[in-house]
Amino acid sequence: MAIRVQSAQFDPGAEVNALHAANVGVGAVVSFVGYVRDFNEGREVSGMFLEHYPGMTEKALAKIVVEAEQRWPLLKLEVLHRVGALEPGEPIVFVGVASAHRQAAFEACDFVMDYLKTRAPFWKKENTSEGPKWVDGRESDKAAAGRWE
Amino acid sequence: MSINVQYFARYRETLGIDSEQVEGEFASIDALRLHLLKRDGVWQVLAEQNLMCARNQEMCQLGEPLQAGDEVAFFPTVTGG
Repeated sequence: MAIRVQSAQFDPGAEVNALHAANVGVGAVVSFVGYVRDFNEGREVSGMFLEHYPGMTEKALAKIVVEAEQRWPLLKLEVLHRVGALEPGEPIVFVGVASAHRQAAFEACDFVMDYLKTRAPFWKKENTSEGPKWVDGRESDKAAAGRWE
Repeated sequence: MSINVQYFARYRETLGIDSEQVEGEFASIDALRLHLLKRDGVWQVLAEQNLMCARNQEMCQLGEPLQAGDEVAFFPTVTGG
């Protein structure tokens, strides 16, 4: 497993390629990339700041990854999350899963994102056309995470 | 006992501090929270229904017991991803 929390930009394509590069036993790679949008809840967004809880962030992500590895037969799992100042169009988060067959990779990727959304200590503050605004948590995210319990 | 209390995101901004040492006897995180709620004004943010908390960097419920030296964090619903 690999967990990275960083302020630097990353290349999602390179991350995907790295998931199978060193292992020809990989038959499936599923990845998710989350991006900063320029619009949210009726307001224009010119950028955002991602705050996190250093120390706990890494522990929370590791716990999610370990749980995914216990539930599905995975060959590789990578979680990359950015912090700090981000602009519209930039990638925020990458989850990449490699397995022998697609079902495990699809499900594990979905699971990691659902748990990351509700259990990892990140907070988004958007710069909107109406001023800075902390993003509110969504009930739909909580419901999505509940599917795996 | 002494507890290291941390505040994040909107709570940190509302309260104007990111961390503090709190002295007293607290059986649980909720006892600590009720103690902090005795402070007036902005501190009522800790009465929010969606408040989340962690003990020693692990998410937990408000009923979580406390020990001297613990690190406790209060924060609003997480919004990463």
